[in-house]
Amino acid sequence: MKVGIVQFPGTNCEYDTQYAFEKLGAETSILWHEDATVAEDLDLIVIAGGFSYGDYLRSGAIASKSPIMKAVKAHAQAGKKVLGICNGFQVLTETHMLPGALKRNEHLHFISKHHNLKVASNSNSFLEKFDNSDVVNIPIAHHDGNYFIDDAGLEALYTNDQVLLQYCDAQGNIQNPNGSVDSIAGICNKEKNVFGLMPHPERAMEEVLGSADGIKMLEGLM
Amino acid sequence: MTAIINISLKNGVLDSQGKAVHHALDSLHFEKVDDVRIGRQIVLKLSENDETKAREEVTKMCEDLLANTVIEDYDIELVK
Repeated sequence: MKVGIVQFPGTNCEYDTQYAFEKLGAETSILWHEDATVAEDLDLIVIAGGFSYGDYLRSGAIASKSPIMKAVKAHAQAGKKVLGICNGFQVLTETHMLPGALKRNEHLHFISKHHNLKVASNSNSFLEKFDNSDVVNIPIAHHDGNYFIDDAGLEALYTNDQVLLQYCDAQGNIQNPNGSVDSIAGICNKEKNVFGLMPHPERAMEEVLGSADGIKMLEGLM
Repeated sequence: MTAIINISLKNGVLDSQGKAVHHALDSLHFEKVDDVRIGRQIVLKLSENDETKAREEVTKMCEDLLANTVIEDYDIELVK
């Protein structure tokens, strides 16, 4: 299993992501944003969290036009997997590899805390190790995590089982920290090989750091 | 030629910043404000002097990068 992790100027979760996938037994490499091609034998490309190009204009907007994203698109078009975490999710919506957009949090605050998430659909490789409605605890840390999609787009997401994760309380009742439509925390594309989520599973790999629920999540991609 | 681009959230997309500013205006007793929408203005100095070509080019810039048309509308004003 070979995992490439994209690094933009401002990315700050690439080494946590590397730690997470190496813990799961993957061979990892860091991919530089100026490279327009990547090794053909990569199984998964992760766009890690943090920032990208200062997030000027909109979060992920300038990164979406970078050379590496051409390679990421080609990788996805070949049917291989892509995961975008936090800023990576923003980049994937800005490239239109995932539908919708991520707006400023409803109450305008940066939110950094552990949050419970409910598995909305396990009919995809990312969450196949879970049962629907399972609750996991994963940290969130974002300013622009307010997921927006119009009504027609939302209906399409549900029709195709593309809503993956929703923010909830410990009992699984919907709880919305940032104003996201239907409390959506993560989605995938129609083909179910491109995944995006605002929470950070790579920061939930050790019980001593508060949660190890990220292990089961990332294992799905292995 | 100068292009003045105004970008704002589409109608129906909640403008949290606008709401917060509206609330602040209320607390300063500016009570006749019905709604506040906050956008972004981008001003481009262009070497193009043909208005049709300039509009075509700036529209492409808006669609490709400057606006996220999933949530934002844009308006282009050209000034010679």
